[in-house]
Amino acid sequence: MDEEIRALQSARQGLEKGMNGDALEAEEERAPLNKIAFDQDLYTRDRFQGFSTELVEEDEDGGNGNSAGAKRESSGDVGSAREGMHPSTKEAYRQRGRDLETLGEDGSDRELLRSLRESEGSGRLDTVIAHRESDYHKRARAVRQLSPSRGDMLSDQTPMRSYGKVLEQQQLANEREELLRRIEKQKKDAEDKAQAESLAAEAKALEMAAAVDKEEGAGAVKKRKRWDANGGQEKDGSGTSAGDWDLSDATPAMIISDATPGVGGRNRWDVETPMRGSAADATPTPGGSGRRNRWGETPKTVDASDATPGPSGMSGVTPTPSGRTKKNRWDQTPLTQSGQVAVGTTPLIGATPLVGATPVGSALAQFGQTPAPGAAGGLYGPASSSVTPEQEQRLKWERELEERNRFQTDEEIEAIFKLVPGFKVLEPPTNYQPDRTGRGVFATPTPMTAGGGFQIQSTPAREEYGIPATPSEGNLPFIAPEDEKYFKDLLEAVDEEALPASELKKRRIMRLLLKIKKGTPPQRKTALRQITDKAREFGAEALFDQILPLLMSPTLEDQERHLLVKVIDRVLYKLDDLIRPYVHKILVVIEPLLIDEDYYARVEGREIISNLAKAAGLATMIATMRPDIDNLDEYVRNTTARAFAVVASALGIPSLLPFLKAVCLSKKSWQARHTGIKIIQQVAILMGCAVLPHLRQMVEIIEHGLVDENQKVRTITALALAALAEAAFPYGIESFDSVLRPLWKGIRQHRGKGLAAFLKAIGFIIPLMDANYANYYTKEVMVILIREFTSPDEEMKKIVLKVVKQCVATEGVPVPYVKEDVLPPFFQNFWTQRLAMDRRNYRQVVETTVELANKVGAAEIVGRIVDDLKDTKEDYRRMVMETIEKVVTNLGAADVDPRLEERLLDGLLYAFQEQVNEETSVMLNGFGTVINALGTRCKPYLQQIAFTIKFRLNNKNAKVRMQAADLIGRIAVVMKQCGEDQIMGHLGQVLFEYLGEEYPEVLGSILGALKAIVNVIGMNKMTPPIKELLPRLTPILKNRHEKVQENCIDLVGRIADRGAEHVPSKEWMRICFELLEMLKAHKKAIRRAAVNTFGYIAKAVGPSEVLHTLLRNLRVQERQNRVCTTVAIAIVAETCNPFTVLPALMNEYRVPELNVQNGVLKALSFMFEYIGEMAKDYIYAVVPLLEDALMDRDLVHRQTAATTVKHLALGCAGLGCEDALVHLLNLVWPNIFEVSPHVINAVFEAIGGLVVALGPTKVFHYVLQGLYHPARKVREVYWKIYNTLYIFGTDALTPAYPRIEDEGIHTFRRTTLEIFI
Amino acid sequence: MAADRFNINRSWEHLQNKYVGTGHPDLTKHEWLTNQHRDTYATHLGHHDQLAYIAVAQNDAVGRVRYQLLEKMLQPCGPPPAAKDDEDD
Repeated sequence: MDEEIRALQSARQGLEKGMNGDALEAEEERAPLNKIAFDQDLYTRDRFQGFSTELVEEDEDGGNGNSAGAKRESSGDVGSAREGMHPSTKEAYRQRGRDLETLGEDGSDRELLRSLRESEGSGRLDTVIAHRESDYHKRARAVRQLSPSRGDMLSDQTPMRSYGKVLEQQQLANEREELLRRIEKQKKDAEDKAQAESLAAEAKALEMAAAVDKEEGAGAVKKRKRWDANGGQEKDGSGTSAGDWDLSDATPAMIISDATPGVGGRNRWDVETPMRGSAADATPTPGGSGRRNRWGETPKTVDASDATPGPSGMSGVTPTPSGRTKKNRWDQTPLTQSGQVAVGTTPLIGATPLVGATPVGSALAQFGQTPAPGAAGGLYGPASSSVTPEQEQRLKWERELEERNRFQTDEEIEAIFKLVPGFKVLEPPTNYQPDRTGRGVFATPTPMTAGGGFQIQSTPAREEYGIPATPSEGNLPFIAPEDEKYFKDLLEAVDEEALPASELKKRRIMRLLLKIKKGTPPQRKTALRQITDKAREFGAEALFDQILPLLMSPTLEDQERHLLVKVIDRVLYKLDDLIRPYVHKILVVIEPLLIDEDYYARVEGREIISNLAKAAGLATMIATMRPDIDNLDEYVRNTTARAFAVVASALGIPSLLPFLKAVCLSKKSWQARHTGIKIIQQVAILMGCAVLPHLRQMVEIIEHGLVDENQKVRTITALALAALAEAAFPYGIESFDSVLRPLWKGIRQHRGKGLAAFLKAIGFIIPLMDANYANYYTKEVMVILIREFTSPDEEMKKIVLKVVKQCVATEGVPVPYVKEDVLPPFFQNFWTQRLAMDRRNYRQVVETTVELANKVGAAEIVGRIVDDLKDTKEDYRRMVMETIEKVVTNLGAADVDPRLEERLLDGLLYAFQEQVNEETSVMLNGFGTVINALGTRCKPYLQQIAFTIKFRLNNKNAKVRMQAADLIGRIAVVMKQCGEDQIMGHLGQVLFEYLGEEYPEVLGSILGALKAIVNVIGMNKMTPPIKELLPRLTPILKNRHEKVQENCIDLVGRIADRGAEHVPSKEWMRICFELLEMLKAHKKAIRRAAVNTFGYIAKAVGPSEVLHTLLRNLRVQERQNRVCTTVAIAIVAETCNPFTVLPALMNEYRVPELNVQNGVLKALSFMFEYIGEMAKDYIYAVVPLLEDALMDRDLVHRQTAATTVKHLALGCAGLGCEDALVHLLNLVWPNIFEVSPHVINAVFEAIGGLVVALGPTKVFHYVLQGLYHPARKVREVYWKIYNTLYIFGTDALTPAYPRIEDEGIHTFRRTTLEIFI
Repeated sequence: MAADRFNINRSWEHLQNKYVGTGHPDLTKHEWLTNQHRDTYATHLGHHDQLAYIAVAQNDAVGRVRYQLLEKMLQPCGPPPAAKDDEDD
């Protein structure tokens, strides 16, 4: 039930969050400014708060419609519900609005895997990282590649690739991208034009062909890209395929202008459909988006009977299907039926190389490769090479069948018919057209030799059975198919002796990595240790050449990434400065972790980069990352900025400041300035208040950005200031002095996104100001805010709400001002039904309203919204209810006047009764809070409330019943205050009747309500009387549902504590047995309640009865049960004093049965743990028993006895029982060489306890005997104990060290200890 | 030892970083005694009564005694037996 509700909620949230479809895009366009970019986990205990709340603050490509950067919001006010859960869990998927069912559709094995995972209960669905990545995250692989290694510029050798070269290459890449972008723009213009003239286009087609022909003459090399460009940039959109074809696109328009329409070409093609201007450009695609699908286009057909139009015509003009369309290549019978590579035989094979080349190229393109022109020659090449053995077999059969069923030839027929008299060959009719297309009549028969007959099949290969390849060596883990390319060397057995050293090294690393990636935990552990130990021996190159590609693999899973990242971390530590040439490569791989959805991945990424920075040093880090700072790709800059922030936190902000200053002042490109400022922002987010010492400098570095010529720089500057102010709160206003003017001036100059960013910065700076200033500045900004109240932009709304909240929270803002100037427009614009529909706005509006209430008082706000509790929309009612609840929680209901009180309760009852939504907690909480706040003032309404509750307890819907019962629990105290005992008694009776409830959730709530009533009304006045109530509860204790168990045991415990006398002891004994089961409940609260209840019952009915059953219970076989029993015995001993229990317990030890004896020892152990100092009265009694146990052959005896000794010793410490304790120490000591982990742990803990009781000196005398024992094994143990002693009491040991005489120059005597007055 | 993962001896290096005076099976006599001396002096320094006692016995000022003890912290048992160590290895 709960599951279902949660699913519905999250599905709705997912919708509301606009996580799918168009809504997503629309949302993401605006995503930027609303959130607090702040690393909360540094301050608050909420460690799931994200590293940062936004991935991309602003839309990089501005107005460009097909911006590649898809924005994702990872957390903040929106995603907080998703925080704290791993992104691959079911919930996370649901919240992302993704259909769970579509997950496994691309392979049944994934389906299987998924069901396995689910059944295994980890809750993770799809741990392959690439599958859940957003488009933006995917750019990690699309945009970034492992660059060639660079040199270590700090070493003396010339680097492999110097800084200068890297910069140069970066610049070239940038220029190239710029060029491509311009070309695209041009192309777009041309396209627009072409579209406008689409009618004229057909006439000009030929002209264009000629133009392209000309152009083609210019460079044969360019031919290749034409086919790519034909489909636009369909694959990755990275712009790489926009080659010269796009250049030539500009030409049509030009040529068109002076084209002579209809030169020859027009009649060649049929005219039924309009001709397209150019295959690539003028074709309007259905989606109208920038992307075009090659497959959607009309296939090119060339009629054999027509003149071959030549390559130029082919490439430029798309012929449309004519009336007498010949078979095109898509229709033909594929050679194979599997449809793997549908390369058909065209009648034209080889006639025009282009035709041949196309299908090959396109078939290949499916695999993401660039079609090579040369592939034309081998039309069958790629197809046949990929034929599987089964297909080959099938082909063979087919050939054989065709051979046998072939048509008879004329000769054969004639040979037969010669024998028949009167046979005559007729002339075919004149209109008969033989079918020459198919493989029919005239197909040349293949000679009989081709097949037929029986063939001995070769032994099927391993692959045919579907058995995956296994590594050549025995104990290596299985290599998954997707990993084969990384580990293929391990698949073949080679003689390792014969391998050259480098190969051998490679193989060894590969083996270790495989074990780490896929091995069992012990394998992984050893492999990890080996790779760490040998890191320097292997060398950075050999290691990273293998690790980094693995990390870039598209099939990488969370766990594997974690392990590989761990390898890098360990290796880093060992390699130290040897990693310098690989810093950039490592960064390329690790940076994406910084923006991962998973909190732990982000932390891991930060850790690695920080270690990297420490190992490589600041100079290397700056030199390596500098070129990426003004990369044209926003993704690269974004991740680089984050990485830089981590470097700053690792090496200290001051060391990075000069560099940042230079970057932020860069004249060369706005991108550099942008990134520089962004680094500052990220540093603030990452380091929080640690920026304070450098705040002024950081503000000074970025302040000029507020007046930068580039809009984006201005925006990011404002955001950075916001982050700094937030990090500095509540200090540091002096540092912001210089930016106040530009900021406040800015809000009058900017509009839209820029304004939003400025407002955000102001919102965070105002709380730092003192009252006077805050008052002044708030008034200034309020005008703008109120103006923006009416803004239709959702993003702006959110920012405005946030800033209002921040402004109002400051002291300096006078109440009358808020009342008169802020509240009316605020309520007019934000308290609308429409806003309640959007989950995000909803939250923000509620928060801001609560803040306003804190300022102007509860009555003012509640009075304004209370009538909306009767609104027709439930969402809206809920928003009102939530606000009232929060306001009343904060401020109480003291200033609510009688009239308002009436309206309020009226509204509450209406809203409570009218709810249909499944989500009930808001209404419940609201109701409970208001009733409790009003206290005795509710008396007149209680009758009606009780009536409502009673009515709802009878509802068909389980949720409603549960909510009603919960409400009783909330308001029971108030009912008591109002003196409405009669109502409560009545409700108690009603609840009692509902104890037969079948829904466990509801039953739990009913029990909770009963408990609340019993608590306030008392045992004696309770109706129904306790003696009737409790027997009804006994069977409910059997219920396995946690909520029922917890509430029931609480209720029973309460009765046992306060009103045990109402119930006969026989009933209590029955309950005792039920309780034993509960001692092993999963939930700690239940166990604790059960344990306490045990104590109360034992006290009520006397220990002997209970003890008897408990001791008998020690003999049962089930271990869990025995353990619970020992706990119970100990509790009974504690509540009824040990002397009531101890004799019987010790007597039980005489039973010659392991389980019983161990149970007794365990019970003693728990008992001494619980009774503490009381132990001194019993130590001498139990020493003989412990003596026996510590000398027993059974390990568990000694272990449990040792644990008992520990608790005993700790209890008796300082109470004068040293003689007994020394005796026990003598018995414990021989066990120090035990190897079983539990035993040795218990023994060491016993010694620890004895150290506390006897003092370190006493135990040191024991230790001293073995510290320099000739056997190392002995010394190891003794030194370990010595270390515990040393840590426990260094001071106390100093007088106990033995006196050692001087030896030559060594003065070993501690003469200060020999001084005597 | 298998149980070490549960207790303080989990990682010797870690322990050693936190508590310099902790030992291990191959600790030499000189190393151990150096630690003992330093700990002893530290105890004296940390307990004013002990410091005062020594000062009275030596007829010296407390401050001077403190200074002397601090000075002694450096190689309290004399230089380490370097040559002998090499032979041992």
